[in-house]
Amino acid sequence: MAKLNINGRQRELAVEDETPLLWVLREQAGLTGTKYGCGVAQCGACSVHVNGELVRSCSVTVGSLKASDRIVTIEGLSRNATHAVQKAWAEVDVPQCGYCQSGQIMAAAALLRKTPRPTDKDIDDAMTNICRCGTYQRIRAAVHQAAGNGGTTGGTSGRANRKS
Amino acid sequence: MTNTIHDTTRNISRRKFIVGSAAVAGGGLALGFDVPLVAAQAQSEGNEVGIWVVVRPNNDCVIRIARSEMGQGTLTGLAQLVAEELECDWQRVSTEGLTPGRNLARKRAWGDMSTGGSRGIRGSEEYVRRGGAVARIMLLQAAANEWKVPVEELTVSNGTIRHAASKRQTTYGRVAAAASKLTPPDPKSIKLKDPMTWTIAGKPMKRLDTADKLNGSKVYSIDIKLPGMLNAAIKDTPVYGGKIKSVDDAKAAKMPGVRKVVRVGDGAVAVVADTWWQAKTALDAVVVEWDGGENAGVSSASIARHLETGLTATETNGDRREGDALAAIAGAAKKVEATYSTPFLAHACMEVNNATVRLTADKAECWTPTQSLEASLAALSAASGLPLSQCEVHRHDLGGGFGRRGGTQDYVHKAVAVAKEFPGVPVKSIWSREEDQTYDFFRPISMCKFSAGLNEKGELVGLHVRVSGQSINAWLNPVGIQGGRDMRQLQGFYAEPGDAQLGYTVPNLLVEYAMRNTHVPVGPWRGVNTNQNGYYMECFIEEVARAAGKDSLEFRRALMSKHPKHLAVLNAAAEKGDWGKPLPAGIHRGIAQFMGYGSYSAATAEVSVDSSGNVKVHRMVLALNCGHAVNPDQIAAQVEGSVAYGLSATLFGECPVENGRMTSLNFDTYQILRLAEMPKVETVIVPTNDFWGGVGEPTICVVAPAVINAIQAATGKPVRSLPLKNVKLV
Repeated sequence: MAKLNINGRQRELAVEDETPLLWVLREQAGLTGTKYGCGVAQCGACSVHVNGELVRSCSVTVGSLKASDRIVTIEGLSRNATHAVQKAWAEVDVPQCGYCQSGQIMAAAALLRKTPRPTDKDIDDAMTNICRCGTYQRIRAAVHQAAGNGGTTGGTSGRANRKS
Repeated sequence: MTNTIHDTTRNISRRKFIVGSAAVAGGGLALGFDVPLVAAQAQSEGNEVGIWVVVRPNNDCVIRIARSEMGQGTLTGLAQLVAEELECDWQRVSTEGLTPGRNLARKRAWGDMSTGGSRGIRGSEEYVRRGGAVARIMLLQAAANEWKVPVEELTVSNGTIRHAASKRQTTYGRVAAAASKLTPPDPKSIKLKDPMTWTIAGKPMKRLDTADKLNGSKVYSIDIKLPGMLNAAIKDTPVYGGKIKSVDDAKAAKMPGVRKVVRVGDGAVAVVADTWWQAKTALDAVVVEWDGGENAGVSSASIARHLETGLTATETNGDRREGDALAAIAGAAKKVEATYSTPFLAHACMEVNNATVRLTADKAECWTPTQSLEASLAALSAASGLPLSQCEVHRHDLGGGFGRRGGTQDYVHKAVAVAKEFPGVPVKSIWSREEDQTYDFFRPISMCKFSAGLNEKGELVGLHVRVSGQSINAWLNPVGIQGGRDMRQLQGFYAEPGDAQLGYTVPNLLVEYAMRNTHVPVGPWRGVNTNQNGYYMECFIEEVARAAGKDSLEFRRALMSKHPKHLAVLNAAAEKGDWGKPLPAGIHRGIAQFMGYGSYSAATAEVSVDSSGNVKVHRMVLALNCGHAVNPDQIAAQVEGSVAYGLSATLFGECPVENGRMTSLNFDTYQILRLAEMPKVETVIVPTNDFWGGVGEPTICVVAPAVINAIQAATGKPVRSLPLKNVKLV
């Protein structure tokens, strides 16, 4: 039995201590927005916040967490996708398949919490999650936009006058 | 050594298990059931207006989507094409994904459902546009009937119908019920809009499918949860074609949550448990002894030796001959020769393979990420033994596809085998990353030997290209090989216009393919054979241009006068990529052009190589002529994605083979491009609006050669083998 604070709710979940947080979120807590990608903390699709810190949940066992640790998943990042990162992601039309984007958004939110006005170098260093669709250029633009830096990475013919 | 290579062209039983009754995504789709496509001629049912559109009383327009969405944006583009002819309010458009069971029940009214070969838009644009027009005509007719005026007197804009003479107006929502009862016009009789007058299609509309990707609510098939569902983890023979020798599951069977340890065919074992993590943990405790069989000794080195025999052999498995290349080269003033190679590559979709299957006595259901819902349906039917009419595949957008999940429905077959052990209970099988990477259908390994002859003026007078490597058709689609000829492996070298035509005219040209198969499964991988062939051809042309003492761009241009579309795209890339203009110290430029999927691509790359040999790609400019550009912003997104996918392959990608098995099984060793390594990408769309080309795949083939040619500009040396991480540059 694990006692976890997930998205502000105290949960008691029947699970073995060695189970990675990722799979407890997905299978016991019913929060499938956090994704499995590699299981070895390489891709970041499973990124969540624990006490405000970015964590790759595939590599944290629930046994290592305390009931007081505040776990925030993509589902709990904001009400109605109103976090600045989520709004910027929508505005820049970042996602393609979308599978990695929960983790990308959690990573970006953690970056901006510590570094509200990141440089390109800050973004390079912080945003290390894998995206196979290759949305990196738009992720960079959206992080800047969320930070209020304005779009600094442009150059595609269709983006200047995007409609709708 | 060739006799240790298992020739899969003769391995019928294995292949049957892998692909079932479905064929390959990149070629024609043979489904194993023969229902002719009647497309938009079908009658409306229920509240449909035609078969592609449902209009709700509140004016919401629901546009149906048959093709799979895996991130490539086809869903939005197809909706734009329907909405354009429908003349509805784009702000009120939503989409409804169709299922293959429903399509089959309607005699495949919605046509081919597969997404592969960059055909999603270009393969359905005509009938979906006609479908939108059919709905518009029916809605207008319903208004005309109500007002008792000739339909010709009506106009429509944004879903509002007006009759100017009587100053009346109504909306699509108000006449939809009456319209749905009318007989649809013959779609063939409809004159479609001139694309130059488009107002919805051709515009950079935002995607329709973004919102639920931002808050974790989108349900991919790996996320599905059904009442009473069990979970399975699967481990397959690490040596392709191998078997299980023995299984000791004594420990695993007693582990928490475990329901059963299951054998899947003669080559795989699965653990079924309450949760997937329990299943995976128990599977790790199952002791399996494998019999690798005749391929257990195969290695990258033995495969390389096998391919090398194809470079020097004289037989061909497909060729293109113009003039006498060998004589022209023999008599040339100057000769240039080089041999190139590329490795196996895994797709590594972010969503690993998975399939949830529920089997009852009279119904088989499957939830799975698939690029071909109909191929999945055929696989479900074949594996379950139930007729197609009692099968259904529930639709989920994919967490990536890239060619892995079209014709290759191996994971559906295996998931059905697991679910058979639990009748009536849904069982979700998830492949771990390591298993997904072990059991891929890899980009085929190949090599290419070139000889070129230059005359005294430095003009190319003869070119001999000999590709040796594995055949996708031999593994997945043997009917694609006719009389021993397999032209698919020469994609991009074709003489015929329109698909993957070589953009150069060489007076004496010989292009040959030597088939050298291995025991490793191969399949289409974003861009398929244009990847390898584009890299080979465009880097060798660079070598030839340098040997001739000519500018890279001018040397190409001189060969392209008979290929104006190729040339125009090359010129666009050169111009926007600042070809010939000064660069900052230490930065060098490369250029390339090639063709695939009915579209023309070219690129420039700006690259630096530091004193330790580390490569940094700073900027790439890609030009694309895809004919009609349905959504410029999504085209740009696909081009950006092709750079990331192509650069991963160029810089890092390889799947080595040792002891018959893949050794690079997760992202710690199968390195993927990350944000810090992504160059600035500029997309230049130069549509000529006179054809329909693909978008998802065409541009990837110019990524590697543009970068490698820039490296040659930096170092003076060609790079003839990928990935770059294995090449010592300084």
